[in-house]
Amino acid sequence: MTTLTTKLPTGTWNVDPVHSQVGFSVDYLVGTFRGSFSPVSATLEIAEDGTAVLKGSAPVAGIKVQDENLQAHLQSPDFFDAERAPEIAFSAADISIEGANVVVDGELTIKNITRPVQLTGTITEPALDAYGQTRIGLNLATTIDRTDFDLNWNTPLPNGEPALKNEVTLTADLYLVKA
Amino acid sequence: MKLLGISGSLREGSYNTTLLRNVDAEIELWDELKELPPYDEDDDVNPVPPAVARIRAAVAGADAVLFSTPEYNGSVPGVLKNAVDWLSRPRGEAALLNKPVAVVGATTGMFGAVWAQADLRRILKTAGARVLESELPVAKAHELFDDDGRLLDEDLRDKLQEIVAELQAQVCADLVAA
Repeated sequence: MTTLTTKLPTGTWNVDPVHSQVGFSVDYLVGTFRGSFSPVSATLEIAEDGTAVLKGSAPVAGIKVQDENLQAHLQSPDFFDAERAPEIAFSAADISIEGANVVVDGELTIKNITRPVQLTGTITEPALDAYGQTRIGLNLATTIDRTDFDLNWNTPLPNGEPALKNEVTLTADLYLVKA
Repeated sequence: MKLLGISGSLREGSYNTTLLRNVDAEIELWDELKELPPYDEDDDVNPVPPAVARIRAAVAGADAVLFSTPEYNGSVPGVLKNAVDWLSRPRGEAALLNKPVAVVGATTGMFGAVWAQADLRRILKTAGARVLESELPVAKAHELFDDDGRLLDEDLRDKLQEIVAELQAQVCADLVAA
């Protein structure tokens, strides 16, 4: 079982892209619609003095949903505009542990628009896997307003309400391997 | 800029086609809309029908596309929607994907096809195009052109040129980004 850490584990930690998941969820019509970003690149560097830097990115071309028409629409200027903004990026240099939670203050860039965001979640103690590698688990989430990033598509329902909510939850469940 | 004009009206004396002829720039007018078969996924396999191949090549080869739409029953004519349907596929590599496009429209009524223009912009966005928000409602079109098809209203002429200039700016932005 995993144990949460009370101290940021020093070292350079690279994402294991096979087991990590970065996704979004947004309320649409009567439920929650989900998609994922892959492949994800991410590196967490924690110095001896506790200062930490987390950087991550994902190609817009790798956004996955379960319908090819929607997948193509998401690439278009109506949504992520893959041609002009091919990458989604995140970076943070302010990472701290507060109680059982890790708090990450950073900047998220979508559609070439950069906004400050705060992610919260958990980080585990380092653990040795069966293949001799040291791993930590970092789970983070935040909620953004998609219109802050110029993702404005919507369509009205018969009752006049918009079909797609603006609040989007982003989640990153990262397996990080010590370099 | 290689500009392609597509009129949603097939009529010989169409005000929408005439409006496109008033663009003060080099513009190729597409006059084969009527030859497109109704969209059928079973026909959307190689080789696609010749009329489909031609319009896809024309749009893919153009730097920008200017649509002019009349308004039928409050929306876009079926032939124009059908053309967009063909041009929006195959998804991910469609001729319209990321293509700078703009929409204008003319009617003999009071409103200048504003609903059809709004619908066409929405449809083109869903098809993946880079759609200008500008619109040009040309109302009472039968009173606005002289016998040679020249648009007499100077404000409308200026607005039409502004839209073409906006398209040109989009094309330049893409060239710079590339």
